[in-house]
Amino acid sequence: MSKNLQILTNGILKENPVLRLVLGTCPTLAVTTMASNGIGMGLAATFVLLCSNVVISALRNIIPNQVRIPAYITVIAGFVSVVQMLVKAFVPSLDSALGVYLPLIVVNCVILGRAEMFASKNGVLASALDGIGMGIGFTLTLTVMGSIREILGSGTWMSGLDGLFPFLPEGFKIQVIPASIDPFSIMTGAPGGFFVYGTLMAVAIYLTTPKAKKSSAEEGGNA
Amino acid sequence: MDMMKLASIFFTMILVDNYVLAKFLGICPFLGVSKKLDSAVGMSLAVTFVMVLATATTWPIQTFLLTPVDAVTGELKWDLGYLQTIVFILIIAVLVQLLENILKKFIPALYKSLGVYLPLITTNCTILGVTILNIDNGYTFIESIVCAAGAGIGFLVAMVLFSGVRRRVEMAMPPKCFEGLPITLVAAAMVSMSFMGFGGIVESIFGV
Repeated sequence: MSKNLQILTNGILKENPVLRLVLGTCPTLAVTTMASNGIGMGLAATFVLLCSNVVISALRNIIPNQVRIPAYITVIAGFVSVVQMLVKAFVPSLDSALGVYLPLIVVNCVILGRAEMFASKNGVLASALDGIGMGIGFTLTLTVMGSIREILGSGTWMSGLDGLFPFLPEGFKIQVIPASIDPFSIMTGAPGGFFVYGTLMAVAIYLTTPKAKKSSAEEGGNA
Repeated sequence: MDMMKLASIFFTMILVDNYVLAKFLGICPFLGVSKKLDSAVGMSLAVTFVMVLATATTWPIQTFLLTPVDAVTGELKWDLGYLQTIVFILIIAVLVQLLENILKKFIPALYKSLGVYLPLITTNCTILGVTILNIDNGYTFIESIVCAAGAGIGFLVAMVLFSGVRRRVEMAMPPKCFEGLPITLVAAAMVSMSFMGFGGIVESIFGV
């Protein structure tokens, strides 16, 4: 049981797909201009990741080794099409916000990477847990990055969340920085994406490096 | 065919809508292969080639097979548009494999320089991205090809510029946790910021 729990929690910080494994960088940078887009993208990718991990792990002994990559891509593309149709039908505002990045989940390296690294070698249950864990890590990172960029870049937080969750009032948003202050709009632009991503990665490395190493380095500095 | 419009699409794709620095497509090869100048050039040329080839294949398939328009009534004869993602990614995968085999057999010299990058290209989101965006933007066949070529050249420009920046960054001494990729990403932010300066320049030159 504890092993399963470890698989589930691995994806959150220790093997965070975005910050530690550096997979799925394109959607990470592109959709995180708003926190709500990050949540939407993360949930869509989690669904595909879970389904494709289960199917690929169930078929892992049937798929011949030579054609495994095309086979994986076909499975993933199938589930991405399902997500695309569902999002178009039920969350049209998310569909227009994510645009071309929704079909591009097919070539998201998180999903193909987990299929190749984990699902093709492990059982169905472990693969499902790995999919969920990685998905949670991906969603959390995207949400955090989206929050930083949105708060600094437009002064609001979670605007557009009403499109994702219909029970929220229309035009829902939290004004974090007063509207009278000019927002730091470069943060929602392309440079801000690279900058926030680099900084977050540095924070993740700082948090996951063993503490003992750090204190010895400090002692060296004092001496 | 309006030459001005084509030129405008071409230069917009290179400078303003640069796939790597403005649209965030193809970040993986951008970070992975840009360490050395010659591998950066090799990868970008392979990407450009596959991009143009993939666009030339997927555009007719989308227009004549998935969503054909009746010439008389202007209505869709049938709508298989929902198959777009699956069909396109399979075409790209097959195309890359085919290209690898052809190059290996007939042009071994080119295969030696580009071959190692070819398998990576299937999962490169620039290729699928450019084919889907061409359909979404409603470009004609010629415009799509020009757009794909522009996107490829833009990728080349970004890779070459960044491989130069990266050599300086490797020699710098950032704080311990910033070493490696994090500081590279921050450097990419600077390059991307400089590309923002091109905004509006194409419109003012070509007046489109």
